Amino acid sequence: MLMGLYNYWIVVILMMIGLYIVIAHGNLIKKIVGLNIFQTSVFILYISIAKIDGDTAPILTEGVNHYSNPLPHVLILTAIVVCIATTALGLALAVRIKEAYGSAEEEDIQKKDNKEC
Amino acid sequence: MLTHLVILQVIVPLLAAPLCLFLTSSRLSWFFALISSLITCVISILLLQQVMTVGTIVYELGDWNAPWGIEYRIDKLSAYLLIIISSISTVVLLAAQTSIEEEIPQDRHNVFYVLYLLSLAGMLGIVATGDVFNVFVFLEITSLSAYSLIALGRDRRALWASYQYLIMGTIGATFILIGIGLMYQMTGTLNMNDLSVRLREVDQTRTIFVAFSFIFVGICLKLALFPLHFWLPNAYAYAPSIVTAFFAATSTKVAIYLLIRFTFSVFGLSYSFTALPLQTLLLVLGLLGIFVASIAAIYQQNVKHLFAYSSIAQIGYMVVGISMNTTMGLMATLLHLFNHALMKGALFLALAALIYQTGSVRLSDFQGLGRQMPLTMAAIVLGGLSLIGVPLTVGFVSKWYLVLAAIEVGWWPVAVLMLVASLLAIIYVWRIVEIAYFSPPANGMAQGREIAKEAPLAFLIPVWLLVSSNIYFGIDTRLSVQVAQAASQSLIGLSP
Repeated sequence: MLMGLYNYWIVVILMMIGLYIVIAHGNLIKKIVGLNIFQTSVFILYISIAKIDGDTAPILTEGVNHYSNPLPHVLILTAIVVCIATTALGLALAVRIKEAYGSAEEEDIQKKDNKEC
Repeated sequence: MLTHLVILQVIVPLLAAPLCLFLTSSRLSWFFALISSLITCVISILLLQQVMTVGTIVYELGDWNAPWGIEYRIDKLSAYLLIIISSISTVVLLAAQTSIEEEIPQDRHNVFYVLYLLSLAGMLGIVATGDVFNVFVFLEITSLSAYSLIALGRDRRALWASYQYLIMGTIGATFILIGIGLMYQMTGTLNMNDLSVRLREVDQTRTIFVAFSFIFVGICLKLALFPLHFWLPNAYAYAPSIVTAFFAATSTKVAIYLLIRFTFSVFGLSYSFTALPLQTLLLVLGLLGIFVASIAAIYQQNVKHLFAYSSIAQIGYMVVGISMNTTMGLMATLLHLFNHALMKGALFLALAALIYQTGSVRLSDFQGLGRQMPLTMAAIVLGGLSLIGVPLTVGFVSKWYLVLAAIEVGWWPVAVLMLVASLLAIIYVWRIVEIAYFSPPANGMAQGREIAKEAPLAFLIPVWLLVSSNIYFGIDTRLSVQVAQAASQSLIGLSP
């Protein structure tokens, strides 16, 4: 039972690792890496949902009865694009923050902000 | 042509956005953006008329039949939201060019309009679509452009606010994505209408429960429902003023729409309110949000922060309305959604005018502004009165219906608490009035500040347009009440 669902275990473990990094790490780049791991786990979830044991790619040929569901795969292509855009934007912001604050650590930035207030 | 209005609503701003890049002058792209926003506004009015007379409009993209192809479905709720978003966007754009001249470097003006139109297209798309994955895509289009728009702010804190919003927003959107995936796993469909039927068969499974929980938390993050609101005040305070006016009036409304759409239409009332203790959850979080945010608003020194906290409080009111789970409560929420868009649009635009003239929104710099900028300050006072819920303003109408709805379900303490919270709104609005009208401006001049002049017409016209609609819809409530009532009745009637 447990081994049969190993793909979901991987998803959950990756998801928790990603979320933990986002929450626990103060470095802006590390946070984005965490966010990426978190999002990747969701991609694996979608892809493994579509898979059937012993299936092939969804192409019509003779002698093929089982094929994976192409829809989640296509959905995930879109989600990957979104993920890349988010990562690019997040990294760009991190660069700008480093230029403006002289640091990419959450603590330093918050200290500097509090001084201004 | 008329049958394609549904898709044109989303396509027009989506295509107009990249075209802005090719325009040479920033005035030209402003004009272009304004025209495209105006077109969506006209389309949304036509759509509302059509929906109110003939009922739900269904549009199949590329003529692919519904459960397989993507379907756009405009019912009364969607049409109502479309009008709010597109009209607020048009009015806010009227002031955009003048405002960003001060706040955004010249070479980024075109990009500003590109991002603005993209986020407009995204919001309209979320509301128009009947496909859950499409919701995710449009949500990300809106969010990504929102992060960039916020980062355009002058202050370096805008960058940090935008980054925090990006992290929170992405987690929220990914939660929604997980929920959608789990729903697809159980039902094999992404169409909202189809889902609402098929979920019935599997709604006792844990997978659906997990899907619902993920989607609920994801939406609450986007909604900035207490206690998931920490990204909002800074994002609103440090974004360029025009962006704040646009987002404060529309983006949280879209999240409320999603909450209503998922709990009432997709999962269905009977499931949503039994699977999770949604009633208690929304009621308690809503009330806590109202009080914590209103009290926080009282202590703010930056007026943009002040109104941002007040926005969180108003979200609380809307959520309390949903938690009642009655036609009356839902109607009050929808009314408040419309009314809050009007008041926050007016208030933040007036603040944009203040920033344009004085360059500051610190409360201490408001001294004497009542005399120096009488029209702008009068708009802020009227917007503030509306926020408190004084009769003859829209704020009164929605609070009135909220209290009536609370009494209808027998929640006397809730009704009393909401009235008490309105008193807190009096305090924070009074602080602005007191400083602006009753402190002499002498202090400010001593510091070498020029005497502020009245804002230019580019601000006054849109601000007073919104303020007068605040009063108009406060007196003549037929239109808004009628549509809100029809929308809530069809939503409650929809679910078994």
